Amino acid sequence: STSFSTIAMEGKVGWGPKWQHVPMAPVDPILGVAVAYNADSSPNKINLGIGAYRDASGKPIVLKCIKEAEKKIANDPAMNKEYLPVQGLDPFLKVTSQVIFGKQSKALAEKRVAVVQSLSGTGALRIAAEFISMYAPGKPCVYISNPSWGNHHNIFRKAGLKTVTYRYLNPQMGLDIEGMLADLAAAAIGSVFVLHTVAHNPTGVDPTPEQWKRVADVCEKKRAIIIFDTAYQGYATGDLDKDAYAVRYFSDERGLELMVTQSYSKNFGLYGERIGALNVACADEETAVKVRSQLNGIVRPMYSNPQLHGARLVAGVLSDERLSAMWQQELTDMSQRIVDMRSALVGSLNRIGCPPPSAKFSSWNHITSQIGMFAFTGLSPQHCDQLTKKHHIYCTRNGRFSMAGVTPSNVDYVANAMKDVITSA
Amino acid sequence: ADLRSTLVTTNSKKMSRWSHVTEAPPDPILGVSVAFKADTDASKVNLGIGAYRDENGKPWVLGCVKEADKMIDAELQAGKIDLEYLPVQGYQPFLDLTSEVILGKESKALKEKRVAVVQSLSGTGALRVAAEFIKMYAPNTVVYCSDPTWGNHFTIFGKAGLETRKYRYLTKKMTLDIDGLLEDLKAAPEGATFVLHTVAHNPSGVDPTQDQWKEISKVAIAKKAICIFDTAYQGYASGNLDKDAWSVRYFADELGLEIMVTQSYSKNFGLYGERIGALNIVTSDASTVPKIRSQLNGIIRPMISNPQLHGARLVATVLNDAKLTKQWNEELKIMSDRIVTMRTSLRDALVKLGCQPPSTVFPDWNHIVDQIGMFAFTGLQAKHVDILTTKHHIYCTKNGRFSMAGVNPGNVEKIAAAMKDALDTAGPSDS
Repeated sequence: STSFSTIAMEGKVGWGPKWQHVPMAPVDPILGVAVAYNADSSPNKINLGIGAYRDASGKPIVLKCIKEAEKKIANDPAMNKEYLPVQGLDPFLKVTSQVIFGKQSKALAEKRVAVVQSLSGTGALRIAAEFISMYAPGKPCVYISNPSWGNHHNIFRKAGLKTVTYRYLNPQMGLDIEGMLADLAAAAIGSVFVLHTVAHNPTGVDPTPEQWKRVADVCEKKRAIIIFDTAYQGYATGDLDKDAYAVRYFSDERGLELMVTQSYSKNFGLYGERIGALNVACADEETAVKVRSQLNGIVRPMYSNPQLHGARLVAGVLSDERLSAMWQQELTDMSQRIVDMRSALVGSLNRIGCPPPSAKFSSWNHITSQIGMFAFTGLSPQHCDQLTKKHHIYCTRNGRFSMAGVTPSNVDYVANAMKDVITSA
Repeated sequence: ADLRSTLVTTNSKKMSRWSHVTEAPPDPILGVSVAFKADTDASKVNLGIGAYRDENGKPWVLGCVKEADKMIDAELQAGKIDLEYLPVQGYQPFLDLTSEVILGKESKALKEKRVAVVQSLSGTGALRVAAEFIKMYAPNTVVYCSDPTWGNHFTIFGKAGLETRKYRYLTKKMTLDIDGLLEDLKAAPEGATFVLHTVAHNPSGVDPTQDQWKEISKVAIAKKAICIFDTAYQGYASGNLDKDAWSVRYFADELGLEIMVTQSYSKNFGLYGERIGALNIVTSDASTVPKIRSQLNGIIRPMISNPQLHGARLVATVLNDAKLTKQWNEELKIMSDRIVTMRTSLRDALVKLGCQPPSTVFPDWNHIVDQIGMFAFTGLQAKHVDILTTKHHIYCTKNGRFSMAGVNPGNVEKIAAAMKDALDTAGPSDS
């Protein structure tokens, strides 16, 4: 007799292919760079695309403090693989908020911070977005800097929220503080403002303390829901406390409720282990308890409970004085290498007489004044395309260079390539 | 509501903008573990969560996993591997192996490259990604889940914005209500989504026979249904991975149907907290696969960006090593055998005590032995469970579901005695 599969394939039984209408998704602009880079067989290729640290020989590193924490875990006979609670690993939760809020945090002392473990920064933002979508009255608009990390818009939209942009950069790559404040001041009451705690991605331009004060003023006036996206704490200046200034100013000095997402991808080099946290600093402890329960209610139908390994590593380092000190030193070293490469690149560009990328710039000094992992070079999409086509240098088309991809041995090659594409254009 | 006035009243520095947020009720399954942890009684027993325990009641990290952990640590210390981001779809060596576990070495779908697969945070993560994909590309579907089922099913599909309904599953005697099941699925609208449990149905432990699966497949075909096979216990039910995969392979290979299969390695690898699983979408046409996969990635990117390394490395390390894979199969058999032994022990202990079945609907306690997988759906009800918990410090979900892995030679008599006490005190289960 004829089998079902034959009948089905002949279309006689209406089981029908279901997914023919599914289109190919566009390539993610940031991740697509890594894919293209990997496919390139040129020996000269350089990856300035993704924000992952590389040492002076261009190799990824695993921090020493992490290797030690790993060894401890691997050799601990008491370690099992049981489910974590929905909110995450308790020893991790106990230390993570203090990293960003600080030892003197009033919010922590008063137990007003609801915290859950998350899959790094993305996971924390998504949980925050879903929480806001559920509990903020009137489904507020989400204000995101222009430019920002591209995934910001996707995350909030997936949670059913509308996103709009606020001005951020002036044509000379400085902070357009008046534009920023004007756009935020024009927002509806109760809007969501997404702020970058430090080392703004992609521009590397941060508000000064005086400018943060003015931002806090408008946040207060607008009763804004404030989200501090913290992906580079310790990475910008090498100093965890210094890099946390904005969050602590808003929370401690201004007493504002805020949400803080943390990623340990860059500052702990734990990219692939996906470890971070969402902190919601509330006005009182009772609210924090209720908020935490609802954050758990969001996690449960997303992935039930978070994963062990990354949380164990971070907790293992932060609960050990020697390893914490080791971590701080390694953070300083990483951020210093980035700073050195900024200087090296600008030095090289000046030496070969490379003109600035456009008439807006009088020099290459924006590269050394920007902070964090990225240099927002000012190169155009067309320049970037040529950098890739002719010189096998990969970066995002907004001219953003991951400075960790620059090394003493490739910096001159990069500078020469930049001169070539600028002068050929 | 006047947004402005709401916010004006919450402007005072003392009053939180989130003060209207209510405390969520504890998750019915996870809440059991929380309550168990808080109990200080020395003889307490946790029959709540579906996590394996050895005969001393201790969690068991499989030997093959311990070995894989050592190997991975050695490579990390030696600088042979790093902690860089995975691609959005996950760890490729894991992806290369995982679909074969469920679809089998002889899978036509795999040979013809008709399977889109992504790494997921275990079964929950796979279901959520599937739900979001279905919401995007089959938004008018209605999702049918068995009654009873794992409670989180409804929450997951609900979160993705999909309508959910139930299909009958169990008779009062705890056997498969195949007539009710088929009737409810036949009444479903065309293009409905059927959530099926591949093997070892949670919570009932009652699975369709092969003939019953064939009947279900006919309805699925007639309804052009999207079939999701939730696979959380492969290898756990019979101790044999291939045997436990029969339903999936029948639908995918023999019938050549497009199906979705979620995999969890939480139970069968004991990797609960490492959150490792996969979503497989089997299509009729290989050209659809890259498109589907790109959209799955588009769902993952704004959720978690990319999945985590460790659990994927562990599974891939074992499955890539013949010796470790053999060890895994042996350890799977040990776990499932112990569960089967405990089913028999509990039934025997109840009989020895002269404990009446939970109601007149049950001729005896044999349903505990007949059910397969991790859970026994005892037939006890909330009123019994309350007594079990408050009087005897025995924890389980209110629907009378026992995680049999929590039963061991040291506590089986106590459990049986407590069940008898509960039935004597509260009377039989209501029909």
